[in-house]
Amino acid sequence: MQLTVWTYEGPPHIGAMRVATAMEGLHYVLHAPQGDTYADLLFTMIERRSKRPPVSYSTFQARDLGADTAELFQETAREAYERFKPQALLVGSSCTAELIQDDPGGLARALNLPIPVVQLDLPSYQRKEIWGAAETFYQLVRALCAPHAPKPGEPRPAGAAGAKPRCNLLGPTALGFRHRDDVVEITRLLGELGIEVAVTAPLGATPADVARLGEADFNVVLYPETAGQAAGWLKRTFGQPFTTVVPIGYGATRDFINEVAQLAGVDPSPVLSGVRSRLPWYSRSVDSTYLTGKRVFIFADGTHAVAAARIAAEEFGFTVVGLGTYAREFAREVREAAKRYDVEPLITDDYLEVEAKVAEAHPDLVLGTQMERHIAKRLGIPCAVISAPVHVQDFPARYAPQMGFEGANVIFDTWVHPLMMGLEEHLLTMFRKDSEFHDAPSHLGGALPSAAGAETDASLPGSEAVSLNAESAPSSPTSTTLPASLTWVPEAEKELRKIPFFVRGKARRNTERFALERGVSIITVDTLYDAKAHFGR
Amino acid sequence: MSGLAATPRSTVPGGCGELAVLRERGRREVFCGLAGIIWLHRKIQDAFFLVVGSRTCAHLMQSAAGVMIFAEPRFGTAIIEERDLAGLADVNAELDRVVTRLLERRSDIRLLFLVGSCPSEVIKLDLSRAAERLDQLQAGRGVRVLSYSGSGLETTFTQGEDACLAALVPELPAEAPDAPPSLLVVGALADVVEDQFSRLFADLGIDSVRFLPARHADEMPPVGPSTRVLMAQPFVSDTVRALEQRGAKRLTAPFPFGAEGTTAWLAAAAEAFNVDPERFRTVTALGQERAKRAMSRYRDQLEGKRIFFFPDSQLEVPLARMLSRELGMRLTEVGTPYLHRQNLAAELALLPADVVLSEGQHVENQLDRCRAQKPDLVVCGLGLANPLEAEGLTTKWSIELVFSPIHGYEQAGDLAEVFARPLMRRARLEV
Repeated sequence: MQLTVWTYEGPPHIGAMRVATAMEGLHYVLHAPQGDTYADLLFTMIERRSKRPPVSYSTFQARDLGADTAELFQETAREAYERFKPQALLVGSSCTAELIQDDPGGLARALNLPIPVVQLDLPSYQRKEIWGAAETFYQLVRALCAPHAPKPGEPRPAGAAGAKPRCNLLGPTALGFRHRDDVVEITRLLGELGIEVAVTAPLGATPADVARLGEADFNVVLYPETAGQAAGWLKRTFGQPFTTVVPIGYGATRDFINEVAQLAGVDPSPVLSGVRSRLPWYSRSVDSTYLTGKRVFIFADGTHAVAAARIAAEEFGFTVVGLGTYAREFAREVREAAKRYDVEPLITDDYLEVEAKVAEAHPDLVLGTQMERHIAKRLGIPCAVISAPVHVQDFPARYAPQMGFEGANVIFDTWVHPLMMGLEEHLLTMFRKDSEFHDAPSHLGGALPSAAGAETDASLPGSEAVSLNAESAPSSPTSTTLPASLTWVPEAEKELRKIPFFVRGKARRNTERFALERGVSIITVDTLYDAKAHFGR
Repeated sequence: MSGLAATPRSTVPGGCGELAVLRERGRREVFCGLAGIIWLHRKIQDAFFLVVGSRTCAHLMQSAAGVMIFAEPRFGTAIIEERDLAGLADVNAELDRVVTRLLERRSDIRLLFLVGSCPSEVIKLDLSRAAERLDQLQAGRGVRVLSYSGSGLETTFTQGEDACLAALVPELPAEAPDAPPSLLVVGALADVVEDQFSRLFADLGIDSVRFLPARHADEMPPVGPSTRVLMAQPFVSDTVRALEQRGAKRLTAPFPFGAEGTTAWLAAAAEAFNVDPERFRTVTALGQERAKRAMSRYRDQLEGKRIFFFPDSQLEVPLARMLSRELGMRLTEVGTPYLHRQNLAAELALLPADVVLSEGQHVENQLDRCRAQKPDLVVCGLGLANPLEAEGLTTKWSIELVFSPIHGYEQAGDLAEVFARPLMRRARLEV
């Protein structure tokens, strides 16, 4: 049994829903009790989709147990087919239905529907959302493409002479972090290279499209989390090679261009020589000097974490002080990357552990998920979101890809803005006594801890909107526990408050650590500056 | 057509006139009872709710509940894993370990609820025995441990609160047999609303008024034969039944929504406590007048508009009554997950005779009916709201009705505004 307050990933059937909802002409019949329908609102409210997910729940109740749950499932499947007329059906169980051991695959096959029925076995008590999405896409690809597979040993038929090279884009799903825009950006980039996109899947594809995957020359794996397994099978079955570089960041985009150009047999140099991203120049501009060596903590899904570490180190001049992932499937990749930046990799799905590591590292910027946004806010550290799980505000109306050269531009803005806000907050705090800046509005929202008020280093009031209900953020006191042996003299406390709020917590902790280590029990202004001299900054 | 497609329909005689009730059984689109934790953990300030369930339960809690609460909430999930399913003895040991760890971390907790879920119910994990065991183990810390089920197999949305409060009833202290009559208001209300009602009851001369749940674990109200129970929420039927078993007497009243509902609700208490009618009129006059004035601001927007309710919270019937009688809205279909005739008797009597009530749900068929009706306003859950908006219908997502203070005179205007706002918005947008 695992005790959890927040969790990074949902159960595997949510992963299946991300695939089903991304597609057209597909329907998912899920054996599940009524409460599991909450999942619909992930798509309609958080992703703000205008359509319901194509999922029919069997909605069994206590009185059905041991009686007719199997029949209920069959009726749901039959009705879903008749009402929605999908090209293919996914069938499976949620965690509760898994326990009652009906066999959705067999039950659905017994209906003899005239469409392909793909059975999903997603073990809810072992696996999680990302695995569920990968498995669902893999099963779907296998089921729909296998009938078109060449005989073993038969070579790939050569493409027509003079035809453009063609690839598939694999991996984008519903509820993915900027997947919609990434697809647009990469499709355009491939177009500039003279490469045609045959099928993008699952996002926007129909089962008929998926059945054509084997026709392309190679596959572009945009999100290895969801598409890696399917791409491997397509390679074995259809001899399609696939890309290994994920084009997130300026350098990675260039590497990606070289990789696809080689797979497609085209010349990458015209595209590489055209200056398409402002990131390298913005990073070189004098304004960016203050970014030098900013200490950044990264925690995300595997692909985004590894990509962010490279961007941070090579393209922003940051120092990576933490790197981790909640996706155990990608632990190996993250460990390797952590070695490059000489940090201890953090592989965990316990957000409390992440919080402890972030607090310990005292970073200047956190790059993470929705969870790290909470953590960073509690600790008063600037934060940018780089990966799912995310919040409604991470599905912006504007075009905001992460991939390709435009993605690099977007990333530059997204990471720098929270730091600039920090700088401006610093100025606002410095000039607070100035009449012009009196009651200066804060970018961080809410009230700044007032100079006179009791200030704790972890209680920045958040004004971020509560997403789905009208409650305000609870005001649970999060005061730091001062070791009993330590006392701050009023002058030192006053001096501490002159330090900008976003480094104040760190200064307080460093000073207390310094004092404790030296057996000093009364913290004076001198202790504060002794500690500053000791730790630097 | 068979099974789900052919929904059994029956007409049940109503309290006043023949109210047709469409009973539906099919695919539902509602939250399970676990969702009640979201407001209950805020209400009972030293309680912790530990869901014993799956990763789905944990995911529901944070997704449905608003991921945005960035402080650590007073709820969590003990996620059942593969190895727990191997043997039940193991699960109990695991649960003890998890609870011990939790209480060590949260020394502020005085009341711990083990909350059953669909999976814990299917594997027949006996949480009431686990709670007894843990209660003894943790007695030294001054922590009570109770259990209830919020599973989607047993409960929908607000029924979770009923199950939680019903679990509290056996724990309530006994009121002295010779105690003077006291009033017990049942159902979680916003603190501000509780305070408003307390002032009104005091002005009426009803001194001994208590609320269930109380704000703290050690302030739970006593109950006995002299207790008069007034329901503040329509969904607390199991709790009221349990209170009746302890001798309490139930007062029947409409629910305190709008000026009329609030007055009738207060009147039921006043009558039980023999409050002088003149005094009642004097005390309630100002509130009634303010509520009517606040509501009248929205009457123009709402009058004559047709409203359709999908079933979510069991608040649908009292709200439909308020909207039709005080704001002139026309009711098309009023869906409720469960229609409790006894609790709603006073409400049903006030509904127009031609209203279509539906109980339970077959969401696809109900969507068809909704589209055919083309109502001016649809009240529905979060999963349906945006898709219906995209089809051109105007919606009010029902969750706000559960999370916002809507009871009583001072909230009557806010409640009207909740329904008027989507219509005003649609009228305002030119794109």
